[in-house]
Amino acid sequence: MSLSQPLRLSRRTLLRQLGAAGVLVTLGPAGAWATKEMVQQAVRDRIGTREPQPHGVTLRLPKIAETGNSVPLTVTVESPMTPDDHVLRLHVFIEGNPEPVAATYHFGVRAGKAEMSTRLRLARSQTVLALAEMSDGSVRSGAASILVTLGACVEEVWGD
Amino acid sequence: MAEPRVRVPSTARRGEVIEIKTLLSHPMETGHRRDVYGKLIPRQIIHTFTCTYNGVEVFRADWHPAVAANPYLAFFTVATESGRLRFEWIDDEGTVYATEADITVA
Repeated sequence: MSLSQPLRLSRRTLLRQLGAAGVLVTLGPAGAWATKEMVQQAVRDRIGTREPQPHGVTLRLPKIAETGNSVPLTVTVESPMTPDDHVLRLHVFIEGNPEPVAATYHFGVRAGKAEMSTRLRLARSQTVLALAEMSDGSVRSGAASILVTLGACVEEVWGD
Repeated sequence: MAEPRVRVPSTARRGEVIEIKTLLSHPMETGHRRDVYGKLIPRQIIHTFTCTYNGVEVFRADWHPAVAANPYLAFFTVATESGRLRFEWIDDEGTVYATEADITVA
């Protein structure tokens, strides 16, 4: 056992260094990520000049994910979903991926309940933003942050 | 081509909000990955999902590469009448994956 102890320690140190190197390499191609401007533009393309009200949209997202390959996300919008008052569309934005938009969901009265669940591919730790376009023309927003230990695009790094 | 999987209640009360769960086997290739030669692998994702209820669209989704491989989607609809729900997924190569489920509304 006295032999295995230093071995295990050095393996751990090695792993830690590998991890650190991985982070550096992942952060390297900064040009590949969506910029703040790209996210802003994507938001404006969808909601125009309307100002989102920061309430009424709840995101269920894990606080931490070991890999970003398949991260469960549930978004719920507070809405009675009646003909007079319902959700038209829900947009999911991801600021930390190469492309700023993950998906748009088209609801409507027939959806009955303004909630959907999906699984996202996240390249790194980031904030996920959801914007709901309501039938009265207003826009509501919600957001959640997640720590991604190993991004979904590591294959790229090894391939380069 | 793998068969899509959907879960729809076989019966419901009129006006009841029912949950629908869907799953399709698909690589959802992002278009950002490179192969061993450093060449970009072309994007090949499902870009549109639609659910129609007796021919009327009740839910639709536009997807981008950030939707994980083997896309899972759960959503809701109002059980309005007995009939058939149809689910369609369309990918970048134009392949349409489709399946249907019947519901009896009392």
